[in-house]
Parts: sequence; structure tokens; C-alpha cells
Amino acid sequence: MRKLEMSILQILTEDARTPADQIAIMLGKSEEEIRETIRRLEEQRIILKYPALINWQRVDVDEVEALIEVRVTPQRDHGFDAIAEQIYRFEEVRNVYLMSGGYDLLVMLKSQTLKKLALFVAEKLSTIDGVLSTATHFVLKRYKSQGVIMDERTEDRRLQVSP
Amino acid sequence: MNYEHVLCRRVSEIPPSGIRKFFDIVSEMKDVVSLGVGEPDFHTPWSYSDAAIYSLRKGHTHYTSNWGLLELRRAIAHYMAERFHVEYDPVKEILVTVGASEGIDLALRALVEPGDEVLVPDPSYVSYMPNIRFAAGICVPVPTDAANEFKLTPDALRRAITPKTKALILPYPNNPTGAVMTRKDLEGIAAVLRDTEIMVISDEIYAELTYEGKHVSFAEIPGMWERTITLNGFSKAFAMTGWRLGYACGPRELMEVLCKIHQYTMLCASTPAQYAALEALNSGTQNEYQDVRRMVESYDRRRRLIVNGLREAGLSCHEPKGAFYAFPATPAGMDSQTFCEKLLWEKKVAAVPGDAFGITGKNFFRCSYAASNENILKAVHRIGEFVASL
Repeated sequence: MRKLEMSILQILTEDARTPADQIAIMLGKSEEEIRETIRRLEEQRIILKYPALINWQRVDVDEVEALIEVRVTPQRDHGFDAIAEQIYRFEEVRNVYLMSGGYDLLVMLKSQTLKKLALFVAEKLSTIDGVLSTATHFVLKRYKSQGVIMDERTEDRRLQVSP
Repeated sequence: MNYEHVLCRRVSEIPPSGIRKFFDIVSEMKDVVSLGVGEPDFHTPWSYSDAAIYSLRKGHTHYTSNWGLLELRRAIAHYMAERFHVEYDPVKEILVTVGASEGIDLALRALVEPGDEVLVPDPSYVSYMPNIRFAAGICVPVPTDAANEFKLTPDALRRAITPKTKALILPYPNNPTGAVMTRKDLEGIAAVLRDTEIMVISDEIYAELTYEGKHVSFAEIPGMWERTITLNGFSKAFAMTGWRLGYACGPRELMEVLCKIHQYTMLCASTPAQYAALEALNSGTQNEYQDVRRMVESYDRRRRLIVNGLREAGLSCHEPKGAFYAFPATPAGMDSQTFCEKLLWEKKVAAVPGDAFGITGKNFFRCSYAASNENILKAVHRIGEFVASL
């Protein structure tokens, strides 16, 4: 990947709202070139979405989140992909990763209640053909997410004027 | 008690720092957007802090050698050779100091006899003049100008030299102007000094923060190593200002003297800070200075943002190529104190008046871009409104 593309991705990862004209100034390029590059990155599905990073712990909603380790039997011709798809198509599933190590798929999902989540695992997930076993871990607290420490104070501790 | 009688005149004659006054006003005000901060806005990378904490756990709470931990000096020698192509013997040619600031004081006290002249490019960092005068020397400002991107020119240097000239302070990349000296620029300076006995104190604390091309160390210029004391430290490159850790490098005959003063005044630099610095250099060697690169890349982007913003605000601003300061001219030759005070009162933007750094800065002001994008944009917007209202 070209340096320009990497730089744009870094800037947008930091703040997805950074406007193209500002990125152009920051990187010493024309606004046109930045817009074109971003368009290409979107087209190539390198940039997928521009979401906000939200600390849901501070929002008064009932929600449980779980990480589920899933062991599966890979299928001929499809490997893990077909089973993964059967899992990730469910809306409540947030992330699905193929893992090395003691299990195969890591499934992260969110649900309003513990009961709904348990039902999902028992009725939807475990019953998929090829799923050998599941182990469900509930998230108790998020300390850091996507490189951001959730409860850190961000105020500037520096002297406001110094030589 | 008449304190005027008892205080050392050499010290009491030195005017208080022009920055102090601004600090006092700003600290009383609310919602100020500050471009006045002369230190990184990054926290110290955690692995360095962690190394210091671990060193405390292991009981490294005692003095180190006056020179500093040998392991650290070895790492510094390696770093200086790898990054700046200058060779120093870690045993007798590198002294670990309490910030590069201590290095300035030590170098001056080691060299200056009463009445000796020390040349300082003007504008420059606020500490040189007072330190020269503490050492009973005479500070001779050598003017630089915006047309020349505030570089020290051989002509200006030649004009300032007298039979009493003892040393030249070479502070590049420069605070407050952001000027850097290329190899060719430094060769021009070297040519003027070559047949003299003038010593050079090369304060390279911002060396890593060089944006176009690589920093060239003055000691690397042929024939200059013998006359140069190179000062550097961890504050700017590694975001470690509060740790107060720097180092001075030079020929052993000189360093013995610097160490003599250091040993009777400081004894040694803080031990946990030395362990943190050791980790900074060791991890840098292992990961190609990834922390430094990340920070420099970020400053570089903000540098473009602020220069563009200041120019759009209608100000003339040369392109700073090092450190993290822009140094625009005040509009219509307004004096920098008036401009900055009004800007602060009317728009709540803090910047430092250029004359705090020497008389040549009197129609300029320093804007630090070690600030968030958001604050930079907010500040330049307000500066634009202020300039338009004048």
C-alpha cells in the first residue's frame, strides 16, 4: 500500500470526521487527490464504514455481551467459511474471527438479556451442523477498546505556557 | 533587611522571563486555547514508565555513577552513532545530565571566564542568555531573520566574532523559530570557525523532530567534533519532559570538567529516570524507533495544519522545518507583547511573544503545535478573526 493511503487510513482511524480538505493540508496533497484516494479505498472495501467509538458502559441500557469460543468440524471444499457464514449472518453477532489455538471461531455477540443470549447459544449456535462445542464468556467490563482507554481522563496536564 | 544589597547583582539584574508573565495571566483565565506549551502532548510511552517502576521494585533507588549508568551511556553512544553518525566513548565522553538544560549550564560554566563573549542566534530558547550571565559571560545575540528561515548565516556569525568570543551556541532545530540547519548550512558555519578557537555548544534537543530531510549533528562536520559539546536529551524525542533527563557529549578533556561541576552540584541524574531512558533507547533499537516515528509523523501533520491556518489568517509565516513551533510575524509590524496580550484578552488564545526569545523576535509570536488538531483549528480561526479586527 502506498504511503499516502496508509496516512489517510491512520488519520481516519484517529478521527473519521476529519474532512478531506484538512487531510489534504495535513499531508501536503491536493484535496482532489485525497477525495479520489478515499473514494478508491471505499470502492475497494478497505474503508467499510465511519462509526463512532462509544463507551456503552456510560449509557443506561441493559445489554450483555459475550465472547463464545466455538469448535467446529471444517467442511470439505469450504473449510471454515461456510460455518462462519451461518454464524455471522445472525444480526446479534457482532464479530466472528477464525482463530489459531484451542478453538476455531471466536464469536462476539450482544443481547439485551442474559436469557436471550443463552437461548441464542443453545438454539441457534450449538445446533448448526458441524459445531462441536461452545464455551461462553460474559464481558464484565471494558477497560480499553480499539486502542482507547475507556475511563481515562483526557484533560491536558501540561502547564499552559512554558518555554 | 535590604535584599538588594545582599543579592548577587549578576543574577538580580537579569530580567524575569517574558514567558512567566503570560503564564500568570493564562492561569487566571478560563477556556483558553493554548498554543503556548513548549512540550510534547504525548504521554511518555508506557514501556519506559514501566521500566522505571520496575527499577524501583528492584531497589535501584541509589546514586548512579556521576557520569550516569554505564549501560545508559553505552546505549546513548550507540544511539548517537546510529542516528546522527557521531562517535563518542561511553566511558569518558558522555555525561548524563538533569535535562539538556543542565548541559547548557555545565557547558557554559566549564568554558566561560568573566567577560568572555558567547554568541547566541537570536531569537533562541530563553535559557541561554541567563545561563551565560550566571557564568559571568556576555551574551552576544546574533540576529537571524525570517527571509533566511531564521538560519544562522556565516556572514552574521563573522560580524559578531571579536577577540573575546569564547563560544557559539548552536540551537537547531530551533525553539522558537522551527529553523533547521542543513549540512551545507553547517559547513558554512564550520568554515568561519575552523581557524579560530571558538567552541560550539550544539543544543540538539529537537534533533529527532526534523521534518524534511534528516538532522545533521554539528560534530559530524569535518574538523568540528573537537570543538563541539553536543547536548541532547529525552524530553522532546521521547516525550519525557518531566523526567528531566538529558546528556552532554564531547571530547574527554572537556567532559571531565563538565562532570566535575555536575558531580559537585547534581551528583547524578535521577536513577529511575535513567532506567526509563535506557528502555526508550533499547526499545528504539529493537523497533526502529517506532514511538519516535509515530510522534514525529503526528507533529508533521499538525505543522502543516497550523502553518496553513496562520497563513489563511492573513499572517506571514515561514515554513518551520523542525521542533514543534511556528513563528509567524505579527500583522503590520505590531509589537509581539501587545499582539499576544490582546489576542489573549480578546480571543482567549495563548501564544508566546517572540521578544521573550530575543529582540529579533519582537514582531513575531511563537505558536506551539504540540496541541490537538481541534485546538489548532480553533486557535487559528480565532487568530484570523482577531487579525481581521485590527
